[in-house]
Amino acid sequence: MSQAALQKLKERFPDAVTQTYVGKGGDDVALVKKEAVAEVCRFLKDDPELQFDMAPYITAADYMGSEPRFDLVYQMYSTKKNHRIRLRVGVPESDPVVASVTPIWKGANWYERYCWDLYGIRFEGHPDPRRLYMYEEFVGHPLRKDYSLRGRQPLMPERTVDEPFRGPGPTGG
Amino acid sequence: MAKDTDNLLVVPPVPEASPLDAPFPSKRMLVNLGPSHPAMHGTVRAVVELDGETIHGMKLDIGFLHRGFEKSCENVTWTQVFPYTDRLNYVSSIMNNVGYAMAVEKLCDLAIPDRAKYLRVITSELHRMCDHLTLVSAMGLELGAMTVLIYGMEARDLIWDRLTELCGARLTSNYARVGGVSRDIPEGWADKVLRTLDRSNEMVDEIDRLLTRNRIVIDRTRGTGVISRADAIDYGFTGPCLRASGEPYDVRKASPYLIYDRLDFDIPVGTNGDNFDRYLMRMEEMKQSDRIVRQCFEQMQPGAIASDDPRFVLPPKPEVYGSIEGAMAHFKIIMEGIRVPAGEAYACVEAANGELGFYAVSDGGGRPYKLGVRAPGWNMLMALPQIMEGRMLADLIPTFDTVNMIGGEVEQ
Repeated sequence: MSQAALQKLKERFPDAVTQTYVGKGGDDVALVKKEAVAEVCRFLKDDPELQFDMAPYITAADYMGSEPRFDLVYQMYSTKKNHRIRLRVGVPESDPVVASVTPIWKGANWYERYCWDLYGIRFEGHPDPRRLYMYEEFVGHPLRKDYSLRGRQPLMPERTVDEPFRGPGPTGG
Repeated sequence: MAKDTDNLLVVPPVPEASPLDAPFPSKRMLVNLGPSHPAMHGTVRAVVELDGETIHGMKLDIGFLHRGFEKSCENVTWTQVFPYTDRLNYVSSIMNNVGYAMAVEKLCDLAIPDRAKYLRVITSELHRMCDHLTLVSAMGLELGAMTVLIYGMEARDLIWDRLTELCGARLTSNYARVGGVSRDIPEGWADKVLRTLDRSNEMVDEIDRLLTRNRIVIDRTRGTGVISRADAIDYGFTGPCLRASGEPYDVRKASPYLIYDRLDFDIPVGTNGDNFDRYLMRMEEMKQSDRIVRQCFEQMQPGAIASDDPRFVLPPKPEVYGSIEGAMAHFKIIMEGIRVPAGEAYACVEAANGELGFYAVSDGGGRPYKLGVRAPGWNMLMALPQIMEGRMLADLIPTFDTVNMIGGEVEQ
């Protein structure tokens, strides 16, 4: 809960922060433009008055039918200042690419892989952009609203790859 | 002939080789741990690159237990989500119930009665003890102390027996509801719980005597699996694993929810961030949970166990069977789900392994539009390759124990 942090963010990035509001139950939320995510996050972590040092919880939501379709959500916390804010970033379906924040917080790694796996949002500059839960041949992104609840996947032939991190199948020695 | 044997005996140069060391040729070896391995709780596959016994590179492959938690939740009513949350961290399910209920109540702007808050805290803390007992006894087992497992399981099952009397199930408790809890405590239950705690404390003390000063346990856990305070925060560690590294962050103290601000309890904080400190955090937290439960029983007053807001809470049964309005309200809530006002909210609780957060989005309908779970184990598991880099393979086992990754919540 930090109005001061939101205020500071808005003053520092008047263009990138399009709106701030107090959400349900007193959550402080800022809407941030997609292009400025990395810059804003870097500022939030490094600024001595804000110090959002803990890796954020990153998730996404699919508002199918509205524009922009996806909403990336960064739930931030600072252990030094004990305050929280939430960033919401609109991501259009036509260009679902956002700068990765894994270089800023190591803990963002799997959350970003999760967003790619289940929502199909790609992160530029991510060190390990594999899917998190599903296998690489999986078709589609299951948490999109247009993915059928009873969706079926094509059968995959057994892999014969040398890259053993991908298993199963012969590893080629 | 002599030449051929010479070729077979080509040995790579070993730096600082002592003439007494036997020079073995070695090459890097890839070892698969899991997904079904006795020492890998849950179904995680770790591919470890070994040089001798030293780990040089490790990759984790998760998703074997993925069952589409979020997708399922988007397709059932708000109340029907509770049984699904039981299966996130199945050892301490009530904390998941409470976390989810708090997120929905935040969206509904719904206040709950005091007794419900006390009941949620009591059951949560009982489940916290179960979770820590599981961890400590499993760690003992994997370091070769089978007795500890037996004591731990007995203590845990005693507590689970009490929770069974309350909710009807050992693991999948399904206890909290939007607006309160599902049922009040049976007669004489409080007294029974206190006697159970006395008995389980005896067993915890026994485990303490078996493990805490045990030479083997200390050798295998002290100084292994170390993560620094700065790294732990950077990775998003929460709960006992973060506090073992020296950062005193606990949701119960940082932003007290329910009635934690009325209780007197301490948060243990470690210094080294190694496996031994993480183990000690758990042992101390069990004692603190015991204190909390006793205080709650003293402070708790009789009263309602759920809010009486007819929009979100089922009407009392006599009304359902005795009046048309009651029957209608019951039918609407069961068939269509409660109408949660549109919006999004994030609520978090201190679960046994750290901050368990629920990000709920409602479009005003009877079903969640989106329900995201911040599982505490995610961040700890993510950091494992860095923690283990350059360490011995044998250290991986206690480290995997103490970060306490729970497949149910991490793989959702």
